[in-house]
Amino acid sequence: MISKITAILAKEITSDLRNPYTLAGSGLFLLSSLFVCYIAAKRINVVATWVALFWIIILFTSFNAVAKSFVSETRERMLYFYTLHHPGQFIASKMIYNGLVLIVLSSVAAFVYSTLFSMEINDLALFAYGVVFGASGISFVLSMLSTIASKAGRNLTLLAVLGLPILLPIILVAITLTKNAVDGIDWSVQWKYAFVLFALNVVCLALSLVLFPYLWRE
Amino acid sequence: MLVDVPRLDILNESIRNLFYHVTSWFAMVFLFIASFVYSIRYLNSGNEQHDLLAKIFVQVGMVFGAAGLVTGMLWAKYTWGAYWVPDPKLNGAAIALLAYLAYMILRNSLTDNLTRAKISAVYNIFAFVMMVIFVFILPRMTDSLHPGNGGNPAFSGYDLDNTMRFVFYPATIGWILLGLWISELRFRVDSLSQKMNDDLDIKSDRLDSIPRLDEE
Repeated sequence: MISKITAILAKEITSDLRNPYTLAGSGLFLLSSLFVCYIAAKRINVVATWVALFWIIILFTSFNAVAKSFVSETRERMLYFYTLHHPGQFIASKMIYNGLVLIVLSSVAAFVYSTLFSMEINDLALFAYGVVFGASGISFVLSMLSTIASKAGRNLTLLAVLGLPILLPIILVAITLTKNAVDGIDWSVQWKYAFVLFALNVVCLALSLVLFPYLWRE
Repeated sequence: MLVDVPRLDILNESIRNLFYHVTSWFAMVFLFIASFVYSIRYLNSGNEQHDLLAKIFVQVGMVFGAAGLVTGMLWAKYTWGAYWVPDPKLNGAAIALLAYLAYMILRNSLTDNLTRAKISAVYNIFAFVMMVIFVFILPRMTDSLHPGNGGNPAFSGYDLDNTMRFVFYPATIGWILLGLWISELRFRVDSLSQKMNDDLDIKSDRLDSIPRLDEE
């Protein structure tokens, strides 16, 4: 079970490293949108705006990065995967891979963003926690929804329509958590947001594992 | 509906909105739960009727959701002073409706019946779980202006002599039954029209199989 998941994961990573233009494309999309925001705003003094802009950039980058994961697979290749793997292993490895990609991308984004728009982050550990689990939650939801959107044949538009309402709980909790972390609000208030963010990740993971077999071979 | 209501500052007669607003949301939640259940049943059974029911419950539930939204906005105008305020409960309700609109768009973008039924059932289950979290759990974590949240009393805190309950509880049941009745009518219309289309297909197949004069 674990070895199968790592095998698919290794396949994803090697195929992306051999053909790095999609990953590089996502990275470049991220950097250019960061820079456009920097040129447009130059300075942001309000914490709420600072955090909101950061998560909007992450959101658009993740749509861009995750949408390709199922769209790029051809029908024939998918058929080949069906003969090799169990659906649960397949979606689990896809989600882990997308989660890793998004965590790396959003860490880069957090670093560049806080350099461009200087802001004193009071609780760095909690901010990092919010970014990591926010990114992984977004990637879990989008991995699942991109399979749905790719079945419907209309990829990015439909993914955005389906994804935004469902992503909002995760984004809202992540925004509150990171905003409080920048403000340095005490852990006694923050623990419930941290817990809910983690629980949302678990719920998305569990739902996808249960539901994906029904989309399989469709 | 015209029972005596508690006389309160600001709220005044607008407290009667309870009979329409809260009942609409209850009916919507009930219908969405029904749709969720039928989506699960569809995935287990593959019965097309279950898929049809899941779709109809969403459609009718959205009508009640829209009614709840409009009555809530009117009430907010007279008590809070604005049609819309940035409140977690309000935003949650709007987003939940958006998720179900997305469900309808997803259905319309798929043409093959079997694929549509399966994929939209999966999305419905996903959307419902997220809606529950968004509408029922998240607003309780933050401050909210909405009665019943963030330390604000719900109507039971105002309704000291219980006269409103005599209207409110039957109204809730009535709204839910109304929703079920409309859904049932729609279900019958839709399944009949589906059957008619199937019959037409069979007939046209038969017509094709009859040798034509000019071919002879």
